[in-house]
Amino acid sequence: MFTEHIGKCSNKVKNIVERSAVKKFVEAIGDPNPIYWDEETGKKSRYKNNIAPPTFPRVFDYGVINELKLPSKGLIHGEQIFHYERPLLVGEEIICYSKVEDYYEKKGSIGKLGFLVIKSYGEDPSGQIIFTSTQTIIITEAVRKAMIV
Amino acid sequence: MKKLIELQVGDSLGEVQLNPVSRLDLIKYAGASGDYNPIHTIDEEAKKAGLPGIIAHGMWTMGNLSKLFTSYYEEGFIQDYSVRFKGMVFLNDVITLKATLKERIGNKLRFNVLAVNQSGNEVVKGEVVFSQY
Repeated sequence: MFTEHIGKCSNKVKNIVERSAVKKFVEAIGDPNPIYWDEETGKKSRYKNNIAPPTFPRVFDYGVINELKLPSKGLIHGEQIFHYERPLLVGEEIICYSKVEDYYEKKGSIGKLGFLVIKSYGEDPSGQIIFTSTQTIIITEAVRKAMIV
Repeated sequence: MKKLIELQVGDSLGEVQLNPVSRLDLIKYAGASGDYNPIHTIDEEAKKAGLPGIIAHGMWTMGNLSKLFTSYYEEGFIQDYSVRFKGMVFLNDVITLKATLKERIGNKLRFNVLAVNQSGNEVVKGEVVFSQY
């Protein structure tokens, strides 16, 4: 039921690495290093700026993939991969979108598990990729059946 | 603090033990990340989903784990960070974060990274490739 969506992309959305959002995020993951929020530390660093932590892209808006409907409940986050060309800088603009990379099913102890792979991209305004984020979502047979009803 | 350049294969970065997971930790992460899936914050919703209680966002644990590398930002950056979510994290679990240098190829340092609970079970396991400047 997801195979037909492989290759579909979302619309592109402009996001800003907001200073207050980064501060709130690093507080939530207990990583209060001043490189993330103190302007002086940022200026004196090799980045000449504050940076965002590697899992920060969780907060970005990646647009909507047409017709891809995911259940609101019962999804399991199985794997997560981030790849960076450089750290994200506080204040910069990042253009984000996602793509359905793959879908496959495997037999498990609780029936056939579905694995949906969504790859998300973050580009600078000139179109250079800064990061990619690949998530594998596990959808159990029970959850898939509930979707058909 | 040792510089990463001095680290030998097999050496570990300083372990970090987190405070017992609290509901407020997860409410804060929900707000900061925008992930309001109620199985992370509301008991009844977690029970409806067949869980014994609320569980931490996998990304909360993954986010915590990366802080082992934060103080090295002048030496390099996390180029690749990949994990599997292997076990659930429940309220009051005590999570310990670990990173061990597995190999060094040129300016790339490949670490095994791990978050384990108080029973020694792996909850998040993966790799960090730290690229040195």
